[in-house]
Amino acid sequence: MTTATAATAAAPKAHCASAVIEMIGVSKWYTPEFQVLSNCTAKVEKGEVVVVCGPSGSGKSTLIKCVNALEPFQQGDIYVTGVKINDPSVNLPALRARIGMVFQNFELFPHLSVMENLCLAQQKVLRRSKEESVARAMKLLDRVGLADQALKYPGQLSGGQQQRVAIARALAMEPVAMLFDEPTSALDPEMVSEVLDVMVELATEGMTMMVVTHEMGFARKVANRILFMDKGEIVEDAPSKTFFDHPRSPRAQLFLSKILSH
Amino acid sequence: MFANFDFGEITRNAPQLFFTGLAFTLKLTVLAAFFGTAFGTLLALMRLSGRAPMPQIAATYVNLIRSLPLLLVIFWFYFLVPFIAQAIAGSERPLTIDPFLTALITFTLFEAAYFSEIVRAGIQSLPAGQAAAGYALGLSYWQVMANVVLPQAFRAMLPILLTQTIVLFQDTSLVYVLSLEDFLGVAGNIGQRDSRLTELYLFAALVYFVISFAASTAVKRLQARSAITR
Repeated sequence: MTTATAATAAAPKAHCASAVIEMIGVSKWYTPEFQVLSNCTAKVEKGEVVVVCGPSGSGKSTLIKCVNALEPFQQGDIYVTGVKINDPSVNLPALRARIGMVFQNFELFPHLSVMENLCLAQQKVLRRSKEESVARAMKLLDRVGLADQALKYPGQLSGGQQQRVAIARALAMEPVAMLFDEPTSALDPEMVSEVLDVMVELATEGMTMMVVTHEMGFARKVANRILFMDKGEIVEDAPSKTFFDHPRSPRAQLFLSKILSH
Repeated sequence: MFANFDFGEITRNAPQLFFTGLAFTLKLTVLAAFFGTAFGTLLALMRLSGRAPMPQIAATYVNLIRSLPLLLVIFWFYFLVPFIAQAIAGSERPLTIDPFLTALITFTLFEAAYFSEIVRAGIQSLPAGQAAAGYALGLSYWQVMANVVLPQAFRAMLPILLTQTIVLFQDTSLVYVLSLEDFLGVAGNIGQRDSRLTELYLFAALVYFVISFAASTAVKRLQARSAITR
């Protein structure tokens, strides 16, 4: 991870201390020929819900995984609550503990019960006592409507239930922001809404969220801003209403015409 | 054909066969499997770490050990270790090392190479997102390994690890070349002393068969039960 050189980046912008997540000129290459992200710059302010959308392979998931350093990037900087995550001296586990992440394939730990899934990091990372972590876990399971499933194993739950447990697991760490990487893409259609309902509730409570999703209904309803990505670039960064009503770029217009036409 | 056989020979020597010989063999098997798995797991983690020179060191070790006959490694250790210990301790003559300890170290180092490949396959069989989910929660590398990756990898690989341990159980009989009192060694000694080698080797074969077969049957039943539902 090198800092942007003068040749490739315009005048380096100072990072904004108020933003929860700030990306400045982030670029990533899988190989020297294959660039997945090019010069991505965006901010997520406190309490904001930002939806990242765009065609498959546009780099949305890669970008969101860069935010908590699950994916390395070669150029640019990312700040989370003012902390530069690509600083080699940064304490990554401590930083990641403050950002919740929900994955496309849930990634609950199948060898642990639902309760153990929620308590593991609370106890190992935040050093909470067993009683405290169990109490918090129960509260969150209740909130996502799964208090009665605490002793089951992930394999015994439906996809929608598993994803709600995954959201509760992330919330148990009391994150400053939540990242959602296509949280409903692996779900059967009838289970999508139960997960979206939980996410809408979170958004209305003021959680800072960055959401990669194809659910344009969700985006219209709760997103403050939309990032539209194509071929590794953030093509459009606009308030939700502006993006849906008057998309500027032809690529966004084409994308919207395809997914909203039916 | 069994007319000249004296099976009383077995019952007369049963205490020595079981409490000296078989006890040695089982102790060596269990300890070598335990330490071999521990060291093998470390090798597997090194090999998957992606941080040079860790993978290269582990790969070289595994490839070297797997290319050598076990018997050669046993000899090599038995005759070399006293000199190595001498060099380390700086003493005047080669140190005598407890033969059991020599055998245990040899089998641990040898089996670790095989166990490491099993553990590595177990880790690689997990979806990559499992470790990512652990890291995303703020767990450190060792916490992710200890709480997320290895418990699942071991559960998936337990039948193969146990099968390898059954092979180890049979392989421990090779320590007879060091004149150690393992089960086969004791049986051979008694047989030679009393000129009853046929009876004792038949009996030894029976005992190895019963234990190995019972263990592999148990492993098969375990395998059917231990699958994780995803």
